Amino acid sequence: MKITLNHRDDVLDTSKESITINELLKLKKFSFTRLVVKINGTLIKRENFDSASFKENDNVEIIHMISGG
Amino acid sequence: MEFGQIKSGLKNKCVCIGGCGGLGSNIAVALARTGVGKLIVADFDRIDQGNLNRQYFFTDQIGAYKAAALKENINRIDPFVEVEAHVILLTPKNIIELFNTGDVIVEAFDKAEMKEMIAETVLSEWPAKPLVCGVGLAGWGGNDLIKVERHDNLYIVGDNVSETSDEDPPLAPRVGVVANMMANVVLEILLGKDK
Repeated sequence: MKITLNHRDDVLDTSKESITINELLKLKKFSFTRLVVKINGTLIKRENFDSASFKENDNVEIIHMISGG
Repeated sequence: MEFGQIKSGLKNKCVCIGGCGGLGSNIAVALARTGVGKLIVADFDRIDQGNLNRQYFFTDQIGAYKAAALKENINRIDPFVEVEAHVILLTPKNIIELFNTGDVIVEAFDKAEMKEMIAETVLSEWPAKPLVCGVGLAGWGGNDLIKVERHDNLYIVGDNVSETSDEDPPLAPRVGVVANMMANVVLEILLGKDK
């Protein structure tokens, strides 16, 4: 599946037509625990990581928040 | 633009800052010096000795609430800057109440879960309001790794990877670089691009 991930073209190794945020995090082995997630510019809250999904050509942003300030 | 014009452009602007530690105290001071008319700052914590390696406070303020001490310090720099200081632990509910009037919101917390919380709150409550976050500032050096990433109205400033820990603590220069870059982003939002 071709998507835009964090402003870059990316190809996901999946045969599914749509995948959820949690599936993406697993697929990309993203291990950060604190995230801000957007699909096509719309915020996806943590409680919806299992239900919110995207498909080919969608624009996905996964911004990780790390401690320090 | 002359400094007088810059100051008058900022006079009626309000910036809200969540957290008054290494990022928040330095960002607030930079914005006050530049002429932002109103700052709303919030932090539940008190100043301790260990904060003075990077935060805009002084030894005689140890034990004081950071938000109140920051207001005092800004008043000493420019008494015409209005500072609304809240000694409070920010939550989604009180962020919506306290930061409603801000033209820009600045995330200046220490903990990652607080950064996530304010980003979720601001992006869902006010999708059009700019939010500037600091992410990745531990240690020293690596000036060229510090950058600004924009995601619509969300601006991420930092190197994105250097998490603070006992082995990689926050130090004045790098925290100050990120803080001042964040303040610089705020000016760009409020005044438009200069460079």
